[in-house]
Amino acid sequence: MSEPTGRAEVRRTCKLFVGGAFPRSESGRSYVVSAADGTPLANAALASRKDARDAVVAARGALFGWAGATAYNRGQVLYRVAEMLEGRRAQLAAEVGLAEGLRPAAARRAVDASVDRLVWYAGWADKVAQVLGASNPVAGPYFNFSVPEPTGVVVVLAPQKSSLLGLVSVLAPVVVTGNTAVVVASEDRPVPAVSFAEALATGDVPAGVVNVLTGRTAELAPVLAGHMDVDGIDITGAPYRAREELERLAAANLKRVLALDDVPETQPTLRRTRAFVEIKTVWHPVGT
Amino acid sequence: MTDVEARTEGAAGPVFAYAPAPESRDIVHLDAEYGLFIGGEFRPAATGRTFTTVDPATEEPLASVAEAGGGDVDRAVAAARAAYEGGWGKMRGRERAKYLFRIARIIQERARELAVLESLDNGKPIRESRDVDVPLAAAHFFYYAGWADKLEYAGFGPSPRPLGVAGQVIPWNFPLLMAAWKLAPALAAGNTCVLKPAETTPLSALFLAQICQEADLPPGAVNVVTGAGATGAAVVAHPGVDKVAFTGSTEVGKEIRRTVAGSRKRLTLELGGKAANVVFEDAPIDQAIEGIVNGIFFNQGHVCCAGSRLLVHEPVAELVVDRLRQRLATLRLGDPLDKNTDIGAVNSAEQLAKIRRLADAGSEEGAERWSPRCTLPERGFWFPPTVFTGVSQSHRIAREEIFGPVLSVLTFRTPAEAVAKANNTPYGLSAGVWTEKGSLILWMAQHLEAGVVWANTYNRFDPASPFGGYQESGFGREGGRHGLEAYLDV
Repeated sequence: MSEPTGRAEVRRTCKLFVGGAFPRSESGRSYVVSAADGTPLANAALASRKDARDAVVAARGALFGWAGATAYNRGQVLYRVAEMLEGRRAQLAAEVGLAEGLRPAAARRAVDASVDRLVWYAGWADKVAQVLGASNPVAGPYFNFSVPEPTGVVVVLAPQKSSLLGLVSVLAPVVVTGNTAVVVASEDRPVPAVSFAEALATGDVPAGVVNVLTGRTAELAPVLAGHMDVDGIDITGAPYRAREELERLAAANLKRVLALDDVPETQPTLRRTRAFVEIKTVWHPVGT
Repeated sequence: MTDVEARTEGAAGPVFAYAPAPESRDIVHLDAEYGLFIGGEFRPAATGRTFTTVDPATEEPLASVAEAGGGDVDRAVAAARAAYEGGWGKMRGRERAKYLFRIARIIQERARELAVLESLDNGKPIRESRDVDVPLAAAHFFYYAGWADKLEYAGFGPSPRPLGVAGQVIPWNFPLLMAAWKLAPALAAGNTCVLKPAETTPLSALFLAQICQEADLPPGAVNVVTGAGATGAAVVAHPGVDKVAFTGSTEVGKEIRRTVAGSRKRLTLELGGKAANVVFEDAPIDQAIEGIVNGIFFNQGHVCCAGSRLLVHEPVAELVVDRLRQRLATLRLGDPLDKNTDIGAVNSAEQLAKIRRLADAGSEEGAERWSPRCTLPERGFWFPPTVFTGVSQSHRIAREEIFGPVLSVLTFRTPAEAVAKANNTPYGLSAGVWTEKGSLILWMAQHLEAGVVWANTYNRFDPASPFGGYQESGFGREGGRHGLEAYLDV
């Protein structure tokens, strides 16, 4: 890609995004990422099992603050991510086009849909509890209500094909309710995810709320599925044949497991959000 | 009568004597043998194998019950599938509703009989089976009956679909109530069921099967296969089952999770707990004492959401423990059919051995053990109400679910410490908090990692109130609008 005359381009190093920082893999490994037509695009960090565990530590550390933030605040932070993406639409469209082999118009549509999806979920932050919660008319002198709470640290194996819209479609429903996330990006198409992480870092998302790993899904997924400090896992991006093993590993601490194939949905629903909330019911006597 | 290892210092004896007030057991007619309920009919197991269910208060056999093998489970699943594809599955919601209302009504009509039956087979005091288990079972059917023709209002989209055949495995601590918790929402949503009651308490599920017959429920909509762990495992693993619901131990829950891995079966689990019951210095102490007693000694402590860890604010720790001991001295342990009885029999010899093992571990690890003066009947399975003080978080009695009338007392100084200790468990089913300060209640409720938080009360249940755990207490909710989600393809 060297250019014989004129300006030499400044190439980007594609790094991990863990705890708000951009480390290389602690293993020192990287792998070559190619465009859909086979042209080499970049070297991406090849995350190790240790990187995955570090990402869980970062996500756990960020959980108390993010889950405890007001829903209004979380909504604004997610909306701010959409703002950050909006300004990078051209870059993202180019990367999505190369990664997925899309024509420019189709790549732009995917990016626009990603931004719009974030806006859609951002608006849910302060409405989820009203829709998923309840006031329960029990047969006795008690005030009784139910509220959704975040499940905790959730691992998201992002869809392999849809590099950006797929990623946003599985990540936003997890973090909007106050969960923190460890994302394993599309293995062969990680560049848009790296740019997404760079956009997150320039927005208001607290460090550790979203952590993005690039590398081999087959290497990272079992470690995360069996990790005792992970509370839930969306295995949508895992190969179909790997699901049974991941679900079995997830039994170690009874992680909530989601495996849906319809990603990215043309019209998102609350189904993914429901999968990673816990309904808490509180009773109190009523009396004088 | 055998004397219990018990120390009674600081506790008064019973303040006044009670005359026995036994409920008559004649209201229950027990057959010598019970078959499996498959396709609307009772039939013996294909192998002819049976097991005996006993009255844990006397160790007398109650009845011989068919033990379902793999072939029987096949037939039950096939009957459920046929009903799903036929009568029940095609029936309109408003018609399904009427069958469920009928079942609720028959449970109410036969309430006294069912209460006595439940106390006989389980060992729980008649006061509890009469006032809690049976009325709540009826209420559960009544509640979900009303949902059957209103599913499009439940918040899961315009036309939520049932899942198909539900395989449901339930425990021995609330046999009839757990059957109701499983069957009512499943049927309301349009599923059909294969229910596996616990080995030591099969009878009330079989009576419920009779009630389904009496209600003219279409054959196969509900099937009951009795047996032990192998029968339950066959139900869970059966390829014809679309949905598995289990209530029981976390250990078995994890095994079931592994079994259904990769199968696309839907799964909900309601598992163990080690709930903290947190008492602050400004709590209404008299009410808190009642709540502590109800929290851990209700149903002999055979309750997954039992308040088995008492966390007391240091300034009132001595006062609370003293008052608790005085109160425990007035509890009456004995004949489950006596209307004065507070503490009934432990459900099985196996469970009694487990309780003894863990209580002994408490003593060995250095906690101080106390029970009121209490004589135990010579026959049957009994364990006295027991309180451990000086318990640290590392003790087994503070970490492991005992599932018996054993309370571990720990102390704390600040709300933050209370939350840290309460949440220091892989479980997360329930928690209690006692204080007169409203803002502290709400703060605690926010920070306790538990599916149910009882504030200034404990162990309250209602069909409209979602119930279920965080973390290793399982996933999914039973009760309320949320309980429908487990049985709908949404």
